[in-house]
Amino acid sequence: MNNLNLVLPEIFISISIMFLLVLGVFKKDSSKLIFNISLIVLFITLIITFNETFAINRKTLFNDSVVIDYMSSLMKIITLIATFLVLVISSSYLKTTKIFKIEYPILILSSVLGMLIMISSNDLIVFYMGLELQSLALYVLATFNRDKLKSSEAGLKYFVLSALSSGLLLYGCSLVYGFSGSTNFDIISNQLNSNEYVLTFGIVFILVGLAFKISAVPFHMWAPDVYEGSPTSVTLFFTMVPKIAALTVFIRFLYVPFLNLIDQWQMIIIFLSLASMIFGAIAAIGQTNIKRLIAYSSIGHVGYTLAGLATGTNEGIQSSIIYITIYIVMNLALFSGLLMLRRNNQYHEDIEDLSGLSKNHPLLSISLLIVLFSLAGIPPLAGFFAKFYIFKAVLEESMYFLAIVGLLSTVISAFYYLRIIKIIYFDNQKDQYDNDHSLWLKFTITLSTILVLIYFIFPSQLIDLVSRINII
Amino acid sequence: MNFPILSSLILLPTIGALFLFFTKNKDGNNLTAKYVSLFTTIVNFLISIYLWIYFDQSTSNFQFIEERQWIDGFINYKVGIDGISILFVILTTFITPLCIISVNNSVKTRLRDFLIAILIMESFMIGVFCALDLVVFYLFFEAGLIPMFLIIGIWGGPKRVYSAFKFFLYTLLGSVLMLVAIISIYWITGTTDVIQLYEQGIDTRYQNLLWLAFFSSFAVKTPMWPVHTWLPDAHVEAPTAGSVLLAAILLKMAGYGFIRFSLGLFPVASEIFTPLIYTLSVIAIIFTSLIALMQEDMKKLIAYSSVAHMGFVTLGIFTIQQQGIEGSIIQMISHGLVSAALFLCVGVIYDRMHSRLINSYGGIVAVIPKYSILFMLFTLAALGLPGTTGFIGEFLILMAAFKDNFLVAVIASLGVILGAAYMLWLYKRVVFGKLINVELKKMVDLNRSEYFILTCLAVPTLFFGFYPDPLINTIEISVNDLINMYKTNLINK
Repeated sequence: MNNLNLVLPEIFISISIMFLLVLGVFKKDSSKLIFNISLIVLFITLIITFNETFAINRKTLFNDSVVIDYMSSLMKIITLIATFLVLVISSSYLKTTKIFKIEYPILILSSVLGMLIMISSNDLIVFYMGLELQSLALYVLATFNRDKLKSSEAGLKYFVLSALSSGLLLYGCSLVYGFSGSTNFDIISNQLNSNEYVLTFGIVFILVGLAFKISAVPFHMWAPDVYEGSPTSVTLFFTMVPKIAALTVFIRFLYVPFLNLIDQWQMIIIFLSLASMIFGAIAAIGQTNIKRLIAYSSIGHVGYTLAGLATGTNEGIQSSIIYITIYIVMNLALFSGLLMLRRNNQYHEDIEDLSGLSKNHPLLSISLLIVLFSLAGIPPLAGFFAKFYIFKAVLEESMYFLAIVGLLSTVISAFYYLRIIKIIYFDNQKDQYDNDHSLWLKFTITLSTILVLIYFIFPSQLIDLVSRINII
Repeated sequence: MNFPILSSLILLPTIGALFLFFTKNKDGNNLTAKYVSLFTTIVNFLISIYLWIYFDQSTSNFQFIEERQWIDGFINYKVGIDGISILFVILTTFITPLCIISVNNSVKTRLRDFLIAILIMESFMIGVFCALDLVVFYLFFEAGLIPMFLIIGIWGGPKRVYSAFKFFLYTLLGSVLMLVAIISIYWITGTTDVIQLYEQGIDTRYQNLLWLAFFSSFAVKTPMWPVHTWLPDAHVEAPTAGSVLLAAILLKMAGYGFIRFSLGLFPVASEIFTPLIYTLSVIAIIFTSLIALMQEDMKKLIAYSSVAHMGFVTLGIFTIQQQGIEGSIIQMISHGLVSAALFLCVGVIYDRMHSRLINSYGGIVAVIPKYSILFMLFTLAALGLPGTTGFIGEFLILMAAFKDNFLVAVIASLGVILGAAYMLWLYKRVVFGKLINVELKKMVDLNRSEYFILTCLAVPTLFFGFYPDPLINTIEISVNDLINMYKTNLINK
């Protein structure tokens, strides 16, 4: 029984979801109540995760199918914090667009539950279960604004393509199971030797499924449409939180069972990484909708994250985790800024709507300025260090091609970030936006901007956090 | 001495900028903002003068070193100065207050934000010249792009967006390869500390590629032909204060980088690539001088002359002789003073007539005599008349070049003649001749602040032109030891 403490966060969050569902059915007009309770649930889960599992080295449960180690705890904590902030800053958006319903926080909680399971999974079946739970909740979230055609389209597109990729993933899982005789990561890793080429097919199928989930090129096609069509609060969730879980699974999957086959998958990851970096940079240039642009930019950032994974070293994993953490902070600031573009109860999503923002809203503009330069990877902002660690790890393995092409694509991507800055700062001003934002929104944008800005003073703290991750 | 004097030098402008940021942005407040930033930069200038006085000229060791743990077990924040860098630090702290005084007429909107950008820029520029760790250097080197991009883009002329983008992307593209090289150096040698790297050297096998990576960054920043095309655009569109900073200090970062890193870290590669530098420098000198002759826009003409002058600088650095490098450093200081002054001169008449075209002027000597005299002085300094700093620099560089490569020196000397041609022709067309444009009669002569700025720049130009000893004494031992280290490393490898 003692061991159940380790999965207490998951248990707690599942019971809460059921409780909230029942509450939602029996109590009328309870959307605000449920929203607030969900926040509390997330917060309590965060505390439980921190207390119960953070200090544990490595433990496995349920016939080794669930693993609790430092990486899983850290990633769970990042997921929970990010979800909490996402939920908290989207409340005013939901109210304004009249989709403040009881299902919204519950769906977010279910998808978080799926992610927590994914993060802890040490078994193909558990991993798949978590993935599907997460995805099913996300399909519904994407179409949440069902009166809008684009939102329904986004949900449908996401559902069809995601189901396809899940199919591929399952097929890969069955191949791996067929050749190793087990679905457990540890057992698979013991059974393998690098001569079994057919196994590579299994790995490739699973990688395709995973690459789809984190929208790496060439499996990215859904991302721009879904990001554009979904409600902004959901897009915000999409760009950050599922990527943390998928990245963790990516790491665990590549480094626990298949590390011996690194020669087989390294080229695939390098290709995914390069293609994402280049495509993300070039395709974003022509965009006019901010959410679409962010979709392409997130594809690019996924490319950098994968570059860290391609190294096959602990440093690479650590740099990827640092990258995704810093990326989340930057994205939080960017989207908080986006959620502030409200005029007469209408949210504005075109890049042109930012025109001349700096004259009417100097503080908001300076936050966006800092965040955009950081996303472009200009020192001394946090985004530079994120890239710096990645390329440090990449160059340690002498992968010069990857490093040089990656850095050159940052120059291309700098162009479209600069374009937004140009529109904010150099162009003529338009009408003012509303200024009465919720306190949480202001708090999030201030906090994340300051973190991005002063990261260079305390770069070691984040490294200390991740340096305990030892997968290999 | 334990007081972190260099860090305070770097941080002080940023603190001033923060202070400005938290003041209210009203139009009436502009004067306060100006006084605050002026005060900060002047204090900074005094600190740097203090540094120069207490600077030990008898050693080439780095002084005022500060070292602090930064990224655990990987990079230390390390700053320090030697005879070469101190002059650039002083140049920076000297030019910035003058820029701030000059904003009166040229910057009409959002003065407070402009001053913040200039102050932050100053922090980064000082940081570049003090950094003793490659990563710290890169950080400051790249960070300077942000304020400069905004200065050109927000306060610039009609084509400002294009110029700002071109400036930013060109420089960034050059620099990313340097980042790859810096990280590679870390993995090759285990450190990015410049002093340690000086001692242990870098394996010859890697030097060529590393040198090229650094070169790609410095060549864009210098700028060398054929990657100089961002400079005329950036200069023409930037507001006067921006052009001054760009010409006087930003371009010097690359020259400084060549001396400190290309020569210091990669002697073998430098030896191999010297012909490349010679060729590009000579092309830059002749080619851009010819282009400068044909310009109709005054700022563009001075921008092209900058490229030609920087051609002399790179030529001098890679002669790898005492006179050559000393000449290059003095040429950079001189160019810092003179080009700053020339841009300010153009700014003065632009503020009055709102035209930078040469043919819209002519015969203004009768209208504004004081201005004409000072403009004359700087024109002569730019073409290297004896008695100005320009002469000392060019003379030393050419002397060293003659020793090393006769042909290159002869062609470069032709550049001096061309330089005289375009500068004098510019002066003749703007100042002398018949006063045809009646509008010009309404021009008023220099006001007090303009007069003050230009005099401030004229005094050191003349003083060091007649008496360059203080400069040469400061750099002599550092340059000497740099060359000795270069030679020994070359033999050892």
